[in-house]
This record gives sequence, structure tokens and C-alpha cells, in this order.
Amino acid sequence: MTTSGWLVMLVSVGAVTCLLAVCLYLVFRSGDRAERLHGLESETPDVDAD
Amino acid sequence: MGQRISESWNSRVGIILAVAGSAVGLGNFLRFPGQAAEYGGGAFMIAYFISFLLIGLPICWAEWAMGRMGGQAGFNSAPGIFNYITRRPAFKYLGALGVLIPVVIYMYYVYIEAWCLGYAVNFLRGGMQFAAVEQASEFWQSFIGIQADGSAIGFGWDQVGCYLVLVFILNFVLIFRGISKGIELFCRYAMPALVLLAFVILFRVLTLGVPDANHPERSVQNGLGFMWNPAKQLVETRTSPTEEWEFVEQIVDPQRLELARSLAAEDPHQRVRTVSVWEQLVNPQLWLAAAGQIFFSLSVGFGVIITYASYLRKKDDVVLSGLAATSANEFCEVAIGGLITLPAAVTFLGVAGVAGMGTFGLGFNVLPMVFSNMAGGEIFGFLFFFLLFLAAVTSSLSMLQPGIAFLEESLNINRKQSVTILGFITALGCGFVVYFSQDVKALDTLDFWVGTCLIFILASIQIIIFSWVLGVEKGIQAANAGSSLRIPRIFGWIMKYVSPSLLLIIFIFWVLNKVFGFSLGQSGVAYSSYIKDLFIEPNRVAQLSVLLVAAVATLFVLIIALNKNYSNYSKKDAYDD
Repeated sequence: MTTSGWLVMLVSVGAVTCLLAVCLYLVFRSGDRAERLHGLESETPDVDAD
Repeated sequence: MGQRISESWNSRVGIILAVAGSAVGLGNFLRFPGQAAEYGGGAFMIAYFISFLLIGLPICWAEWAMGRMGGQAGFNSAPGIFNYITRRPAFKYLGALGVLIPVVIYMYYVYIEAWCLGYAVNFLRGGMQFAAVEQASEFWQSFIGIQADGSAIGFGWDQVGCYLVLVFILNFVLIFRGISKGIELFCRYAMPALVLLAFVILFRVLTLGVPDANHPERSVQNGLGFMWNPAKQLVETRTSPTEEWEFVEQIVDPQRLELARSLAAEDPHQRVRTVSVWEQLVNPQLWLAAAGQIFFSLSVGFGVIITYASYLRKKDDVVLSGLAATSANEFCEVAIGGLITLPAAVTFLGVAGVAGMGTFGLGFNVLPMVFSNMAGGEIFGFLFFFLLFLAAVTSSLSMLQPGIAFLEESLNINRKQSVTILGFITALGCGFVVYFSQDVKALDTLDFWVGTCLIFILASIQIIIFSWVLGVEKGIQAANAGSSLRIPRIFGWIMKYVSPSLLLIIFIFWVLNKVFGFSLGQSGVAYSSYIKDLFIEPNRVAQLSVLLVAAVATLFVLIIALNKNYSNYSKKDAYDD
């Protein structure tokens, strides 16, 4: 593997890893606001409705 | 008729994992590495990231925003959402594509999903010992019934039948449980498990070193070089100075490269040609390949994201959630898929044994042979194919939800009824694909016309509706409402002009290249096998496959036409107030 190959790999892998890390940080930072935390029961399908 | 109960996601993390799960599939681990290596790692990645910013992300945000808008008015499927957003009844028929595409893709995708489960089980029970790729290929051909129609149907350990029944039932049990208790709950466990498995396999692959001392060029480092080196070194020969140079092999190993150069210096009929990044970047095929990979990898234009987003509430975030889901997909593709597949294959087979392998060849012929020759291969083979299986389940689940939502919304039926109807339709289609297994003709034909051609068309329709019919300013304003991030202003211009233009250009080149056989940068024209199968040298299975698509499309269009709900598109206009 050439030096430029290492560079391409590190930049590509680093870019997507950083992007995911930033997104996860932003999502979890606003966790209290974003998570609705209502019970799963209220969201079940309507199998018992008919 | 049963009464419908509106559903919604339980959490933001849940929908992010579900959308990411929909996008992460076999393409991340098998198709992407092959494409990147074929077009030269560095050059391909430049085109890939540009395509991500100009096509993938804009369409993704448009789908999220339109989905949430439609959901506020009580619509969860593309026909209802298009009808509501555009206020033009004709668009509901275009929305039928958003149901047809995932339903038809499910018919053959679940078959491939069964291959993954079957391979995982067979690795675990020690039934996968191959000395050569040819042996692995023979197993695959027998497993999927490639020799003759009907030969795939069997229920032994090394036949696909029982795995197909299992995965079909699993998918419908999960979809029956609903959005939060089925899809979300499964993805909450499956996606982290998938990443964990990937890291275990990645660690094993990167520590393989040089397994065969007789072939020092077959190493992990050369495998990584094959994938990521921006410049390609090609050995070419010709018999006389008047002839064209002919490709012999690609060399990655530095010592072999030095040897080839010294031989070329003494032999006028041989040369080592360096193909630079810039030389590769002017190749239009590279841009088509990179854009296509981004496009299919992110699951844009499938009708899935728009349905998933319709279960969000008015003030739920879509911009950050969309970006997070796409970044999770990119991470799985570039940082995991890009480091596992080709390095493992090159380490055991060398560059020559791997180059030019398609998605199925790499995944179901080369890699099984690689794992069977690796220390602890039974476990790592099982883990790898179980990883592919999890990735496939999270994707196939997402293909069912648009159909379920459409049937419930248009026929006013409950989950039990919609699951029964969709189960019947997809079982018929899947049975068709599995029975006509010779040369995987039915699967290949459906994948070409629906899994590629119609997706281009639906993605173009979606970005045009968002940018031109709804209006890009209004669309971005709607997307930003309640979001933790705001879509950068530059994307208004990109979504209005750049993305539709690029999609149109790519689609035209794709039709010219893949349908009519014009090869960019090369002379000569030949109709593709897909056109020949339908019109020139008629193939019964290919024609029946297209008829199957037409029959399902007709059914959906009739349901839309007879539906009165779609006339009353403005149940509650959430964005005009």
C-alpha cells in the first residue's frame, strides 16, 4: 500500500467516522428533548381493535 | 373492516437506527468495496463524497421532510403523501412507484436474505470447507438452484428452502408487531449487534498478516492497497508496435511492481502503466459508478424513508436525524465494508483472484472460500454471514412497511388484514423468483427494471416535487421546523438545480449505457441483455418478470383510483397555518 493509499484511506475513514461521531453527539446531547419515552404499549398495531 | 390506529416512533434513536438499518445492506459490504477498487480508491472516493453532498443528502432530506408533512395530514404512503403535498391528483399515481418499488424488491431481496442465513448456519455446522473458489461457486450454484428452474426448492441444510421460509416468517412477524414494537425494537438491537460483529471480523481480517509464506504478495497490506491506492499500476502487453496495448494484470505489491518494471525495461512488448487519479477522474464511468453507489446505498428513491418519516410528529427533528442515519450508513460502508471485504479476499486469493468479481461473486464465492481457509474460519464465516443477514433483515423490513401503510390507508383495513394481503402478494412474487432460479434470471430482471431503473425515476420525481412543486423555500422551512440542525442555505440551490440536473444526466447516461449499450469512452453499441431478453431474443422468464411488475403496478393503481381518501387530501393542513 502506497503512502497516498494510506492517506486516502485515513481521510475517507476519518471523515465518515467524524461525521457519525458529531451526529451521535448532537443526537444524544438533546436526548431529553428528543426521546419521547412513551410506553411501547400505546404504539402497538391495531390487532385488537377490530 | 377494522379500525386503524395511528402509530409513531418511540424515540429519535429508534427511527435513526431504523432508517440506517434500511440503508445498510449487502451493498455496503460487498458492492462498495468492489466498485471502489475497480475505479481506483482515491479517485472513486472523491466522486463518491461529491455525489453524497449533491445527490444523496439532498434527496434524503427531501424525503424526510415530505414524509413528515404527509404524516401530519394522516398519510403514510407515497401516493397519499404526493397527493397531499402537490394538491394535484395525478401525483398520487406517481406515488404508486413508492409502493411498487419496495414491494417488488422485497420479493427477491428476501431470497438473498435467505442465502445469508443459510451460509451462516452452514458455516456454524462445519459444512463450508472449500479448497478453491470453484468449489465455493459450485456450492452457491447448487444452493440457489442456478442450474435449472425449480431446483432451488428443497429443504435440506444446504438448500435455500427452509431458510427462505424462516426469514419470510420473521419479516412478517416483525412487521405485524408494528412500527415501534416491531421495526424499531428489532433495529435497536440488530444495528448495534451488526456493528459489534463487524468490529470482531475487522479485527480478525486486519491481523491476518501473510497467511501463505509461498505467496508473500497476498497480504492484508496489499489488500488495503488494492482497495485504497489512488493510482493504479497496470501491466500491459502487445505483440507489435502497431497494435493496441492489452491489459494483463494489476499489481499492488511493491516488490512485484519493481520486478515488472525491470522486465518491461528489457521487453519492448511489455509496459507498466500508471493510471493517475486525474486520469481516472475524467472517466465518466467512474462518476456514474460513484453516484450510483451513493444513490442505492442511502436507500433514497425506494419509497422507504418517506414512509418511515411519516410516523414522526410535527415537531420531531428530521434534519439531524436524516444526517445521523446517512452518516451511520456511510460509516458501515466506508469504515467497515472498505476495510473488511477486499483485504480478506486479497490475502487468500491475491489481486488477480479478486479483480472484477461482482457483488454475488465476491460475497458468495470468494469470501466463503476465504473464511473456510482462515484459522477459526467456521466462527468468522458464521459471524460475517450473520452480519449480512442482520443487515438484510433491517432492509427487508423497511421494504414491507410502505406496502402495509398503503393498504391500510387506501383500503381502510387493520394491520392483520394488511399483513395478510401483502404476505399473499409477496409470497406469490417470491415464489416466482425462487422457482425461476436458472441463471438467477427472474431476480436479475426484477433488480434491473425495478431495483435500478424505477428507483432513478422515483428519486427524480421526489426531488422535483420537493424543489419545484412544493417549492424549495417552503420545503426547507418545513424540514427545519423542530429540527436540531438547519439545512445550510446552499442546499436550497443544490436541491433546486443541481440534484435534479445531476439525476437527469445520470439517468440519461445510465439508459444509454445499460439499456442501449453505448459505452462511454469506447466505440461500439450493443443492446443490453435486458433489452434483448424482452424484444430481440425473447426470454420467457424475463418477460414474465416484467409482467409480474406490471400486474402488481396495475393492482396498486386500481386501488388508488378507487380510493376516496385521496380526494380529501387536506384533512389537516399542518403547514399552511
